[in-house]
Amino acid sequence: MTETDAPLPPASHKRPLVVMRNVSKSFSSGTLALSDMSLTVQGGEFVSLLGPSGCGKSTALRIIAGLGDVSTGEIDWPSSRINSKGLPEGDISFVFQEPTLMPWQTVFGNVYLPLRLAGVSKAAARENIMTSLDMVGLKDFADAYPRELSGGMKMRVSIARALVTKPKLLLMDEPFAALDEITRQKLNDDVLRLWRETGITVIFVTHSVFESAYLSNRIVVMKARPGRVHADFPLSTSLDRGPLYRSSEEYRATCEKVSHSLMEAIGFPLADGMEMH
Amino acid sequence: MAALHEPGFVFRHRETLLRIAIPILVVVCLVLLWQVLVTATGVPQYILPGPGAVALALVKDWGTLSPALWVTTKITMSALALALVGGVGIAVFLVQSKWIETAFYPIAVILQVTPIVAIAPLILIYAPTTQVALLICAFLVAFFPILSNMVQGLKSVDHNLLNLFDLYGASRWQTLIYLKLPASLPYFMTGLRIGGGLSLIAAVVAEFAAGSAGAGSGLAFRLLEAQYRLNIPRLFAALILLSALGVVIFGITSFIAWLGLHRWHESSIRREN
Ligand SMILES: Nc1ncnc2c1ncn2[C@@H]1O[C@H](COP(=O)(O)OP(=O)(O)OP(=O)(O)O)[C@@H](O)[C@H]1O
Ligand SMILES: [Mg+2]
Repeated sequence: MTETDAPLPPASHKRPLVVMRNVSKSFSSGTLALSDMSLTVQGGEFVSLLGPSGCGKSTALRIIAGLGDVSTGEIDWPSSRINSKGLPEGDISFVFQEPTLMPWQTVFGNVYLPLRLAGVSKAAARENIMTSLDMVGLKDFADAYPRELSGGMKMRVSIARALVTKPKLLLMDEPFAALDEITRQKLNDDVLRLWRETGITVIFVTHSVFESAYLSNRIVVMKARPGRVHADFPLSTSLDRGPLYRSSEEYRATCEKVSHSLMEAIGFPLADGMEMH
Repeated sequence: MAALHEPGFVFRHRETLLRIAIPILVVVCLVLLWQVLVTATGVPQYILPGPGAVALALVKDWGTLSPALWVTTKITMSALALALVGGVGIAVFLVQSKWIETAFYPIAVILQVTPIVAIAPLILIYAPTTQVALLICAFLVAFFPILSNMVQGLKSVDHNLLNLFDLYGASRWQTLIYLKLPASLPYFMTGLRIGGGLSLIAAVVAEFAAGSAGAGSGLAFRLLEAQYRLNIPRLFAALILLSALGVVIFGITSFIAWLGLHRWHESSIRREN
C-alpha cells in the first residue's frame, strides 16, 4: 500500500496523543474508581467513552487531562510538550458537563481566560477569541454576561473557550446532558463540523448510545465497579454524518451492537443501572 | 396620535416615585404626630422635647456637635477601611494552606466571640490616646465579619472552575486574582455592609466606655454630656446625627455593593421571567 499520492494528513494524525497504561485510581474514601485501565487515543480520532453511571468515565477523563494523579499505572502524552509539573502544556482543553463560566466576566472575558492565563494580551488575543466565538455562532454575544444566555448558548461559550487555545485534544464530559433534545442535536452537529474542519482529536463522554454512534469513529464501552474498558469498537469514518445518517442501516447496526455491549457491561439481564453483587 | 398613548414620565416612573415618596410621607407623619403629642400633653422639654426644639438645638449647638460628628465619622471610616484591608488580607493568608488555617482560625474565632466592650478598658490602657483606642475597638468589631465572610467566599469557589484554572496551568497568584477574589466579591460585600454598621456601633459603645472629654471627643461623648446636663434637645440632636451617619454609611456600602455586583450577581439583579 503506497500513500505517496494521498494528501498528507495533519502532523498530529495517526500518532498516539494519549496513552493510559494499566491505570488504577482510588479515592481517599476508598472507592476504586478505575482499575487497570489501558487506552491509547490516536491523533484525529473521535472517541466516545460510554458506560453506566459511576463507572469512572469522568475520572478517566480528568486523568487524561492531567487533573489528579493516578494511583498505579502510567499516563503519557507522547506528542505534547511536558511542563515542569509533568503535565502537557496547552494541548488539552476540557468541556465540563456544566458550562462552568465565570459569571462576573462577559462572554468575551470567559473565552479570553485560557489565553490570559498564558500571558497573552487582550489585544493580541482578540482575533483568536472572535474566531472561536464565530465557530460556535456567538460572535454577536461577545459583550453579554452568562446570565443573559440560554443553557445551549452557555455551552457554546464553554466550547469556544476550549477552542481558543487551538488544542490538539478536546475532552468533553457529557457536555450536552443537561440540554433539550433539539439543542443537543444542533450542538452535536456543531461539534462534528468542528472536528472535521479543525482536525482536532475528541474524547467525548456520554450516557447515550445514540449520541456516541452518531458522533464518533470509535466507541469505548466501560464497565463499572471497578471502572475498566469493556469493549472497543472502531467505526467507519467514511460515512457522511448528517441528519440522513440517523436513518441509515449503518447507524442502526452500530446502535444495536453498542447497546448490546453496554447491556453486557451493566450485567444483562439485570435492569439498567442496577448493581450486581 | 402616538403621543396620546405615550405613557408620561410620572406614569413610567410611578413605582420608583412611590418607593421614595411613601417612606418620606410616613416619616413626616410621625414627626407631626410627635409634635402634636408633645404640644397636647404638655410634657416638659427635659423629658421629651418636640421635633421643633430638637431642630433648634441642632442649629444652635452645631458649633459643638459638628466637630464631634467629624471625629466619630473619621474614627468609623478609618476603622472600616483598616478592617477591609486587614480582613481581606488575612483571609487570603488563611486560605493559602490547610495548616495556616488550622493554626490561626481558632484564634480569630476566640477574638471574635469575646465581647469587645469587655476588652475596651484594656485597650484604653495600652493605646496612646483615647481616639486611637476607639479606632482599635471599632476596627476589631468590624474586622471579624469581613474576615469570616471573605474566608467563606474564598473557599466556596466552584470546583470545576478551579479545575479549569489548573488545566490551563494558572499560577497561585493568577487563580487568586482572576478567580478567587472575584468569586468572593458577593461575600465581601456582605462583610462590608455588616462591618460598616458594626464599626459605627463600636465607635459609639467604646466612647461610652472611655468616657473621654475635651476637644477630641465624638458624638457619643456629647450625647452623654447632654444627658448629664439634662439638655435633652441636644441629646436628641446628637442622636439624630448618629443615625444620619449610620444611614449614610449604609447608603455608601449598599451603593458600593451595587456597583460591584449589579451586572452579574443574582442578589443585585431584578428578577425577569
Ligand atoms: N472526588 C471523589 N472522591 C471520592 N470518590 C469519587 C470522587 N469522584 C468520583 N468518585 C467515585 O468514583 C467512581 C467513578 O466516578 P466518576 O465520576 O468517574 O463516574 P462517571 O462514570 O463519570 O459517572 P457519571 O456518568 O454518573 O458521571 C464513583 O463510584 C464515584 O463515587
Ligand atoms: Mg461523570
